[in-house]
Amino acid sequence: MSNTDNQGDVWEVFIQSKPGLPHKHAGSVHATDKEMALQNARDMYTRRQEGTCLWVVPLNAIVSSTPEDSGSFFDPSDDKIYRHPTHYVMPDGAKHI
Amino acid sequence: MEKKDALINYCLRLGDSSLILGQRMAEWCSNGPILEEDIAMTNLSLDLIGQARTLLTYAGELEGKGRSEDDLAYRREEREYYNTLLSERPNGHFGDTVVRNFLHSAFSYHLYQALKNSSDEMIAAHAAKSLKEVTYHLRHSSEWLIRLGDGTTESHEKVQESLDNLWEFTGDLFEMNEVDEILIKEGIAVDLNTVKNDWDKTINEVLDRATLTRPQDAYMHSGRLEAVHSEYLGHLIAEMQFLQRAYPTAKW
Repeated sequence: MSNTDNQGDVWEVFIQSKPGLPHKHAGSVHATDKEMALQNARDMYTRRQEGTCLWVVPLNAIVSSTPEDSGSFFDPSDDKIYRHPTHYVMPDGAKHI
Repeated sequence: MEKKDALINYCLRLGDSSLILGQRMAEWCSNGPILEEDIAMTNLSLDLIGQARTLLTYAGELEGKGRSEDDLAYRREEREYYNTLLSERPNGHFGDTVVRNFLHSAFSYHLYQALKNSSDEMIAAHAAKSLKEVTYHLRHSSEWLIRLGDGTTESHEKVQESLDNLWEFTGDLFEMNEVDEILIKEGIAVDLNTVKNDWDKTINEVLDRATLTRPQDAYMHSGRLEAVHSEYLGHLIAEMQFLQRAYPTAKW
């Protein structure tokens, strides 16, 4: 999160497209503080009616797993098919699942 | 003067101010200090041009001579534009633009707040719609002004100078004549003295947060009501109208 290019820090942008839906990562913006980050996110990512709510998060506040983690984190779920609720028939009225 | 002519003139005042400020903001396209600001400023431009479209279309309909929004925007002469003198001030450096937009969007914000209750349905609807846009314009310019004013010594000095230079064009925003008189009686227009009181409050609050000094009212330029402009409008119009003048039958 270096500031050597004088454009401010990097903030990750998350947009909620409709009330009730999860916020999805949309991209990132540069900004010097949270208000400017929110404004820049609004201008960059919601010009075409993409959203109803915005989150901006400083890049350094996000903790990410690393590629080295992926074996121990994700591979153990490969053979546990019973964890998927695919055996159920979804009722017609259930949305966004 | 008849009510209809007064209303046409009123629409041109509002529409031209949006058009000219929109053109100024479009000049920032590809020249913004950072990508995010470049896009933000061209967004503002598109909002303003959208506002101009509604009002110029309405002015053309009221006039009844078959002039479209494009005819009014691109085929008039300098002395036929009724935009505020503030809207035509050059972009200068980023701080100049921020100060100009702040002074102007605070004006539009309070004007549209009042015009929401206009007895003219078109004006009222336009004000309600535009208010959402100028609320953001005011927020955008205020937040920048606070950061530049309360930033470094250099940024503070620069925007204070911008403010001192632009202040003499703010009196023009609030001048009124017969057009206002006729339309205020009809409940269509609003008294700009009232708008001025609200504008003063906003200006003082934000300048205070920005640690900037409000300039003393001294000599104020005027010209908007008579379509008399600074030397800058002609150049702006020449660029804005180039395509329509060079290719009069051009279509999208």
